[in-house]
Amino acid sequence: MKELVIISGKGGTGKTSITASFAALAVHPVLADCDVDAADLHLILQPEIQTSENFVSGHLAEIRSGDCMQCGLCMAVCRFDAIKDFNVDVMACEGCGACVEFCPEQAIDFPEQECGVWHRSKTRHGSMVHARMHPGAENSGKLVSLLRSEIRKIAEKEKATVVLVDGSPGIGCPVIASITGADAVLVVTEPTLSGEHDLERVLQLITHFRIPAMICVNKWDINPKMTSRIEALAKSMKAVPVGRIPYDAAVTDAQVNARALVESSDGAAARAVREIWETIQKQLFAEECCHVTS
Amino acid sequence: MKIAVASGKGGTGKTTLSCAMAFAVQEEVTLLDCDVEEPNSHFFIRPEIESREQVCRPVPAVDSAVCTGCGECARVCRFNAVVSVGKKTLVFNELCHSCGACIRICPTGALKEIEEPIGQIETGRRDHVRFVSGRLDVGQAMSPPLIRKTLEHASPDGLTIVDCPPGTSCPYVTAVKACDAAILVTEPTPFGLHDLKLAVETIRDLGVPFGVAVNRVTDEAHPIRTYCEAEGIPLLVEVPEDRRAAEAYSRGESINSVMPGLNETLRAVPEKLKAML
Ligand code: SF4
Ligand code: SF4
Ligand code: SF4
Ligand code: SF4
Repeated sequence: MKELVIISGKGGTGKTSITASFAALAVHPVLADCDVDAADLHLILQPEIQTSENFVSGHLAEIRSGDCMQCGLCMAVCRFDAIKDFNVDVMACEGCGACVEFCPEQAIDFPEQECGVWHRSKTRHGSMVHARMHPGAENSGKLVSLLRSEIRKIAEKEKATVVLVDGSPGIGCPVIASITGADAVLVVTEPTLSGEHDLERVLQLITHFRIPAMICVNKWDINPKMTSRIEALAKSMKAVPVGRIPYDAAVTDAQVNARALVESSDGAAARAVREIWETIQKQLFAEECCHVTS
Repeated sequence: MKIAVASGKGGTGKTTLSCAMAFAVQEEVTLLDCDVEEPNSHFFIRPEIESREQVCRPVPAVDSAVCTGCGECARVCRFNAVVSVGKKTLVFNELCHSCGACIRICPTGALKEIEEPIGQIETGRRDHVRFVSGRLDVGQAMSPPLIRKTLEHASPDGLTIVDCPPGTSCPYVTAVKACDAAILVTEPTPFGLHDLKLAVETIRDLGVPFGVAVNRVTDEAHPIRTYCEAEGIPLLVEVPEDRRAAEAYSRGESINSVMPGLNETLRAVPEKLKAML
């Protein structure tokens, strides 16, 4: 069993459409949508939810006004300006507990915070875990780690061949949680100046964690020169270019119809995605092939 | 007035729109790039950079000669960023939220705050656009402190456009909360609509007045229009789908150059938002 994480330096590069297509092409995959800030995979895969659980992480301060003597110490202690007029602004509170610790009247409660819900589901292409963070909630990194460990358990039980993870964008804490310990990462990028820049930053991060990296360029034909430049940059950072996907209106059509690209189209982009999946499989399972032949 | 340009997810055209609006308005304007994990607006503004400053945040450091190993710091830290074993006390900076509780509690004064670099802020200018951008160092996980520092550079009474981080979690909240009004950028697809609904839910919680901008419109009757009409949300801007825009973007050009017709629409946006305050 191998775990492939699909990420992008930035959102909106077609990462989710590509993940859904891989799900359609793979033999017995299981799936995790770890882009918990903007989870979209369910829009294509239409999962049937089997179980749902709350995700609880961290705490929030709550002043009991009846016990508060209005001494103002908590306001002085709070580094996040979360306390105004002896009330805690839940959107600003970091849950550090400093006010709770130092309130002379012990007038501050510190209940656990519910940050979101996560689900185990069935889709037409395999089992899936996915989640929804509550607006403004923190600790999406922890939620990502939870989803990845749950999907691995499911994969083992089902004897799946591959775990496909739709990862988070960016370089912050959720993406670090998305990629650590994966067998390989595919970075989906676009041939733009900012795409190049984002790719460089995200590859630095992947190299930092010593995970084999592959890249593919989406909409490559809007700027062929930049595509070559990006592929050269990738190679110089030890990431393997595994293919190019052309600009194709079929990608949006597939989204609108809640289908994976390869399910709804046999056009240029869909063919490119098929080829990319073949190449990735060879990369992912290369070691195992060697074992068989040697 | 500070206008947040935000979106439920990345890639909807937030940066494109922020830059195009900055170029379109005729008054002096400040553009703050608060998408500090992936700041991209400098590609389109191409400012002349006048200064760079390093941004730090406080993290505790232990003076082991003074520490008695009482373990109070580890007890008070909610993020497991300090561990105290025997007489050895260790701080893990990447877990620390800089709340200062451990320093306040330490009975011997063994903990002092030191400044750890987390990123940079660049300041520059291009024509009437004053440009300020925060950039988080790779490997740093805490973006809100850098976002807050970048926001301090907003113009005190003039117009400021804030290119916000994507998503609906804490970096997004940090940036949007600081603004007077917001534009939520989306696309006319089911994905776009789904993410817009989440962004609307968050922004209503924050109580910031907002309108919607739709990027890559192919068909006049799109699901975003239907949604906005039903919810009574003003539709501020619609940018038509145009391959030339994608190409201009890939070259690092603002879309004003290929869609001059857009200037007038964009120029009117700050006025429309002001009317909503
Ligand atoms: S520290 Fe406690 S008693 Fe003092 S103002 Fe805050 S909540 Fe009230
Ligand atoms: S828990 Fe921390 S952040 Fe929240 S109000 Fe208390 S001191 Fe402020
Ligand atoms: S400053 Fe706060 S978060 Fe950082 S180590 Fe001390 S108690 Fe923990
Ligand atoms: S609270 Fe101060 S003295 Fe006690 S273990 Fe921590 S650093 Fe050492």
